[in-house]
Amino acid sequence: MAEEILTMRGITKVYQLGEESSQVLNGIDLTVERGEFLAVLGPSGSGKSTLMNIIGCLDVPTDGEYFLHGRKIAEESQKSLAQIRSKEIGFIFQSFQLLQRQTAFENVELPLIYANMKERDRQERVKEMLTKVGLADKMYHFPNQLSGGQQQRVAIARAIATNPTILLADEPTGALDQKTGAQVMELFHALNDEGRTIIMITHDAKIAAHASRIVRILDGNISEGELEDA
Amino acid sequence: MPNFGIVAQSFKMSLQNIKANKMRSFLTMLGIIIGVASVIALITIVQSVSDYVMNQFSDLGAGTLTVSVNGTAMKAGLTSGDLKRLETVDGVEGVSPSMSLSTLVAYEDEVYEEVSVSGRATIYFEKNAERLLYGRMLSDRDMTGESYVCVVDQKFMETVMRGDTVLGNHIRIAGYEYEIVGILSEDESMMSAFMSGGGDGAVIIPYTNVMDVSMVNYVNSVEIYYGTATESSILEDDLSAELDNIFNNAEHAYSILNMESLMEAMSTIEGMMSTMLGGIASIALLVGGIGIMNMMLVSVSERTKEIGLRKALGAEPLRIQLQFLIESVVLSVFGGILGVILGLLIAMVASAALDTTFSLQPNAVLLGLGFSIAVGVIFGWMPAKRASDLNPIDALRSE
Repeated sequence: MAEEILTMRGITKVYQLGEESSQVLNGIDLTVERGEFLAVLGPSGSGKSTLMNIIGCLDVPTDGEYFLHGRKIAEESQKSLAQIRSKEIGFIFQSFQLLQRQTAFENVELPLIYANMKERDRQERVKEMLTKVGLADKMYHFPNQLSGGQQQRVAIARAIATNPTILLADEPTGALDQKTGAQVMELFHALNDEGRTIIMITHDAKIAAHASRIVRILDGNISEGELEDA
Repeated sequence: MPNFGIVAQSFKMSLQNIKANKMRSFLTMLGIIIGVASVIALITIVQSVSDYVMNQFSDLGAGTLTVSVNGTAMKAGLTSGDLKRLETVDGVEGVSPSMSLSTLVAYEDEVYEEVSVSGRATIYFEKNAERLLYGRMLSDRDMTGESYVCVVDQKFMETVMRGDTVLGNHIRIAGYEYEIVGILSEDESMMSAFMSGGGDGAVIIPYTNVMDVSMVNYVNSVEIYYGTATESSILEDDLSAELDNIFNNAEHAYSILNMESLMEAMSTIEGMMSTMLGGIASIALLVGGIGIMNMMLVSVSERTKEIGLRKALGAEPLRIQLQFLIESVVLSVFGGILGVILGLLIAMVASAALDTTFSLQPNAVLLGLGFSIAVGVIFGWMPAKRASDLNPIDALRSE
């Protein structure tokens, strides 16, 4: 049996807004094994962003247990959460989130700097990553000199640069046309074939279909993908 | 853990940001530029002027006390007996009366009105030995009242003698023929500039002759010479005691001018001036610092999303703080460097206008740069802290 890389038990998240409190997640149980390609499918307002933030250690659950790579994530300092993110999570965002004044190379280099990698190793690693996503000839281009698909590939190179435990993608094709979106999905498949664990959050069932496993989220509750026609 | 990469990267980022917002950055830096420039310029100008004045004073100041005697109803001045008593005071090397004579001077049948004539004792000539250009100085054997010899200064040589440096010629002073035995370079001390109005130069004769001509047996102004080992303030007290004896403790009978203590007072004043002007100028720095803080706060709120992204990519809060702090320090130090350059240029122009020598004050430069670093850190701290405290989720979501 494959290694459980992510385990959630009874995760809840309650936001306190003055007097009122709203519960966004109602006791999520979720297990992800190493090498899985999981899609979390749900409409907006379903709580999928909150779930993503908790998976990505940008936020901590109100209640329940979350183990990432064997480590329990609870109320921790911003500093240690940052260190966990640096080591375990590679983020891919809908709007790419590249620094506009930095070249593709520098954007990919950023998480490696935060991970304290040495200059010479960084150089090598960045080149390797950009070559992997097919942008070896565009390393010193700025984001505005690249197409949307190319920008997202820079973002993917950045996400995998530190060799994180989980690739966490939030609507990775949301800002792309169908063709480039499909190319990005191909890249995801290739990365998954290498053994990378991918968790993709999306509202698009077609995109979710690329994943090897789908869970649905609705009103803060999660269900496995067999209930596809629900 | 110290990481040079993050510092270098932050430095690069801050240059990019300054370049991307040229006008805004320049206006922000302007406050620091003006502040540092005014600190540097004021300190340098005060220092140059005071160096200049001190130089002038020290020509005469070192080793001399000047006693001016007003006298009393009973006793109009110091007799030669009194002078001998002053010579016995501990530390005194010699006493020279400084007597001026208002008279006309005739040379080769022409009369000159603008020549200053003064009488001095041997010690004066010994102490000014290095000023002798031609001939000899006056000595003890000239101080008998019977010796009609004189020395003249360079200006006298140039204007009255028309550049002739031949010795042995005679000039007529108050009815007596004096032989010129020496030519001195001009007395450049501040004191002589106050005392002699001689537009046609100066003639110095034995003080005894002045006493004879004036038909007085006392002097009203003496210079006291003392060695380097003597503390001028102690000597001043000892002389006071002796003079009090001479004048029977009469009030206001005399006054002592101590150049050394005058110079000390001047340097205290100069220090106070520097501190005060520097203090006023640093108000400009304070205003500049507030400008930097304002710009950094704007920058943090503009780049909220970037901060969120950096945090998602694993940046620890401290690193975010460091990055913004470096940006504010780069901004203020850049302004500081420009301010130092501008301040020195102002000081150069000012010292040219005031006719003083411009002297580069390394302390002022260091002070200016130190100030700008401090301003960058102090006023960048709060914005940087605010950036590092941002919640990454909110930051990423912001548009």
